Amino acid sequence: MSLGLALAGVLLVALAAGWLGFARARRLRVAGRLHSLPVYHGSYALLWAAIPALLILAAWVPIQTRMVDQAVLSSPEGKALPAFEMQRESILSEAREIASGEREQGFNPESTTLAPRIRAEERRFGAIGAAAAIVAALAAAMLALRRSAPEFRARTGVERWVMVLLFGASLIAILTTLGILLSLMFESLRFFRLYPLHSFLFGTEWSPQTAIRADQAGSSGAFGSIPLIWGTFFIGAIIAMIVAIPLGLMSAIYLTQYAPPRLRTWLKPILEILAGVPTVVYGYFAALTVAPVVRDFGLSIGITSASSESALAAGLVMGIMIIPFISSMADDSIAAVPQAMRDGSLALGSTTSETIRKVLLPAALPGVMGGILLAVSRAIGETMIVVMAAGLAANLTLNPFASVTTVTTQIVQLLTGDQEFDSAKTLAAFALGLALFLITLLLNLIALQIVRRYREQYE
Amino acid sequence: MTPNHSTITLPKPEVADPVEPPAERNPKMSADKVSVFYGDKQALKDVSIKIYDDRVTAFIGPSGCGKSTFLRCLNRMNDTIPSARVTGKIELDGEDITSTAMDVVQLRARVGMVFQKPNPFPKSIYENVAYGPRIHGLSSSKSELDGIVESSLKRAGLWDEVKDRLSESGTALSGGQQQRLCIARAIAVDPEVILMDEPCSALDPIATAKIEELIHELRGRYAIAIVTHNMQQAARVSQRTAFFHLGVMVEYGKTSEIFTNPREQRTQDYITGRYG
Amino acid sequence: MNSAAPNRWTGDAMRKRVRRRYSSERWFHAVGLGAVALSVLFLAFLLTTMAAKGLGGFTQYEARLPIDFAQSDLFLDPATLRGPDAAQTVAGADIEGALSKAAAAAYGPTAEELFSDAAVNKLSDAIVANPDILKGQSTLWLPVSSKVDIAAKKSGDDKSEALVNALEQRQSLRRTFNTGFLTASDSTDPSAVGVWGALKGTFFTILVTMLLAFPIGVLAAVYLEEFAPRNRWTDMIEVSINNLAAVPSIIFGLLGLAVFLNTMNLTRSAPIVGGMTLALMTMPVIVIAGRNAIKTVPPSIRDAALGVGASKMQVTFHHVLPLALPGILTGTIIGMARALGETAPLLMIGMRAFVAAPPHGISDPATVLPVQIFLWSDEVDRGFVEKTSAAIIVLLLFMLAMNGLAIYLRNRFEQRW
Repeated sequence: MSLGLALAGVLLVALAAGWLGFARARRLRVAGRLHSLPVYHGSYALLWAAIPALLILAAWVPIQTRMVDQAVLSSPEGKALPAFEMQRESILSEAREIASGEREQGFNPESTTLAPRIRAEERRFGAIGAAAAIVAALAAAMLALRRSAPEFRARTGVERWVMVLLFGASLIAILTTLGILLSLMFESLRFFRLYPLHSFLFGTEWSPQTAIRADQAGSSGAFGSIPLIWGTFFIGAIIAMIVAIPLGLMSAIYLTQYAPPRLRTWLKPILEILAGVPTVVYGYFAALTVAPVVRDFGLSIGITSASSESALAAGLVMGIMIIPFISSMADDSIAAVPQAMRDGSLALGSTTSETIRKVLLPAALPGVMGGILLAVSRAIGETMIVVMAAGLAANLTLNPFASVTTVTTQIVQLLTGDQEFDSAKTLAAFALGLALFLITLLLNLIALQIVRRYREQYE
Repeated sequence: MTPNHSTITLPKPEVADPVEPPAERNPKMSADKVSVFYGDKQALKDVSIKIYDDRVTAFIGPSGCGKSTFLRCLNRMNDTIPSARVTGKIELDGEDITSTAMDVVQLRARVGMVFQKPNPFPKSIYENVAYGPRIHGLSSSKSELDGIVESSLKRAGLWDEVKDRLSESGTALSGGQQQRLCIARAIAVDPEVILMDEPCSALDPIATAKIEELIHELRGRYAIAIVTHNMQQAARVSQRTAFFHLGVMVEYGKTSEIFTNPREQRTQDYITGRYG
Repeated sequence: MNSAAPNRWTGDAMRKRVRRRYSSERWFHAVGLGAVALSVLFLAFLLTTMAAKGLGGFTQYEARLPIDFAQSDLFLDPATLRGPDAAQTVAGADIEGALSKAAAAAYGPTAEELFSDAAVNKLSDAIVANPDILKGQSTLWLPVSSKVDIAAKKSGDDKSEALVNALEQRQSLRRTFNTGFLTASDSTDPSAVGVWGALKGTFFTILVTMLLAFPIGVLAAVYLEEFAPRNRWTDMIEVSINNLAAVPSIIFGLLGLAVFLNTMNLTRSAPIVGGMTLALMTMPVIVIAGRNAIKTVPPSIRDAALGVGASKMQVTFHHVLPLALPGILTGTIIGMARALGETAPLLMIGMRAFVAAPPHGISDPATVLPVQIFLWSDEVDRGFVEKTSAAIIVLLLFMLAMNGLAIYLRNRFEQRW
């Protein structure tokens, strides 16, 4: 029995239980006074029938996969498979695809013979799981319905379930974070078994090659991440910030201190639009329009190595994209400085610009710094602009007209095409991902600390 | 009407000078039919008043009657409010301050202001006081600046308490000390007039008494205008009093006369506590 | 008495200093205005560049083709084309060959590749619609190939431009609205591409994202704001959510790859996987927006409801949540708009394949509009430039609509307590 049918079965039982509970409660109400409304009695039965059964089904799915695999491997067809793991895995995955109907036949003849066995095992274990779920649903429904009585606190029971749901929803956030950390670390550890950690962290050569055949001991590739980290910082933390910080900060200053209120209500949303443009559009714009101009400019001032995939082009466009981030954080920080500061400074006879430069900005500085760090974190994690406008050459250079590559570009590069999931290349992508996650996490935490300490100043 | 004396012993400030100063000179500042509009709403109507050197002039009245608004006209702080519009003539030493020829930056250095809630900058005590002289370029060397800071803090009665910790933050001081710091800050640019907008309303009685004592000492050097909602305070510190009500200045005269024998019925009603 | 006052302020040095201060003030003001103006200018430049390059993609040149079916090599009997299998029968015939032969016959040997792949489909459709035209001659307007199309739009190569001139002289070229762009899917011929497949894929993906992220996000926001006790666990949840909102989107792609594709073995590049990945990314945004919206509901409402005997749960779901709903919806729409424009995480889960047919459901391989733009941007063929830009225009219009909707909702339903 398939998952869909099992789900339908559970839902059917649950709905029936719910209706029964509701109807019974209605009858009871006619007879006397109930603690809870009939709808709560019905919901109580429904929730008890549905949720445990659904949880059983959800837990069964991964168990089923494992048990099917075990059963298939110990079956006569399974024993006939080659011992070599990679080959066996590819036959298995082909057979799975045939069994589910995704493809007609595979490259290996063994997969066609294996497919019916897989189908049979899946059917067997699927039936077990479905039966367990439906039995659980029925049992729970009966127990729930039995408690239906006038003084039964159905509403409290229902609310307890709702609380469980609410708590579960919030847990998903932690689960996601854990999931990210675990999956990244797991795959990265597998990578570091193939390639030493200190070479990854401190190596200056990046040319990812991988073993093509399983018995090729050690690959000839170099996975030194320094050029990538440098490229990421060069584009995101240096060039983009040179564009974004002055423009963002001065825009915020103008909007909060100088602009007439009507102009401000129009200009703020327009700056927000800059933040709403999808990054793929920025990337295309950078590659199509900005990069050729930058290259021509570079050539004209005598830099012969000016490439059409330059750090400068990507950095410029990324800077434009980041302007609204810095502008809005600076805006909030400056607006949070009490008006009394501004009045005090003006009353001493300083001009508006002096007030901003000597009183407001120093007071707002922690918030502005936090905003800048968050903007750097955003720029570092940006993918599309650099994929489309910067290059793939792992260069350790200070020349903005040259082509550099970034961590995110390489992650995309390593995972494109049909890669064997276990190869060093794909695992290196996870290692890069872990590095990226940790760097941005660190920046975010520092930014939050700075902003929090700032907020304690004015209570 | 008897002033309400507290039962704890506070350092008693001197009662307002009973001896009449020499005949009236030219006023330090004068306002002639000044009106203030916030958008379409009129907050102040045709206020005319003269403020003299060597005198403390008090503005009293119930809350919201326009006294702070008028005070802010005297150093053109209303310019910082976009919807505010000021009409009428205001003169400092005979110069019209509302004209475009008047440099507002200099005006605010010559007419200083102390606010209701102490607002020291989040800088060190030294930097707070040195801020004004620095931007106006009033000192040519570090030692000169040190001297200005010291004399300002001394005149504000704060020097002894902070002379060993000038580099500490100004916001770490107590409320009363912060207000004296703000006064020192205003004094540091050597103004001619000091405007005070309810300077004691956020302070405890002891700090208030210290500030009132300070006002007495400062009277000799600067013309002082003080807005207060505390009538007893006005009686204690000022020689001239103006009573504001609903955006109009109802009566202006010697403090002793206003509080004992006012001309207007409204003034009498306010003084005796009928409203406000 | 300050006798020094008049001298100090009226002296030369002071006057100069004050003048300098005012001019630096003016300069500062100008720099601020310049910064804002420059930012707005960048945006305008970006939008106009895309519009200029992309508007052409919405039009297509068609050429007139006189075709003599009787003379052609199409061995199709009109009688066989009246049943339900007509389309398949026609597909078996060499329409393409007949087309190029007729084109060469009409306009010379250089016109052999005059027509695009879409023209083949159009001709086939015409035959299926009216099989009788096979009996004689007819004249059809058919879309030209990409090379000729962009030559007609003034950026092609010389050979094609010569052909265009020849066609124009004989008044055999006309420009029409390219409805195919909005109804067709991906193709190797740029003049036959359309965004429909990508739009459908986007629709399914966003649907999955919304169905997953909205309930979970709102429920989590309700729990954290109304019910959560203040202890270490809930603090950790809060920190997690705030961090997740700032994690780069590509990391979510890696997560999706590792968990959904490799551990759970779901179909690559299916909207359900893309939707789940984007849901993980959007959920923190909805939680944060939801919490802010719930925070703005004043405590007096809660007190009033508790006062009539409602349980805490009833207060939350009957009173607080409905009042916070506009704010939550605004935040959700903004989060969805961001998810709509995301490319990197979907690349990770394999949505970079060439998908020629639109998906039928959430588990068919599909692509989304931003990924489609990315794939087309890589193409060498010059004809793809205007198609990519045209697709960008479609995407930007969507973003504008969604953000506009969010702003409208916020202004319309925002309650000021």
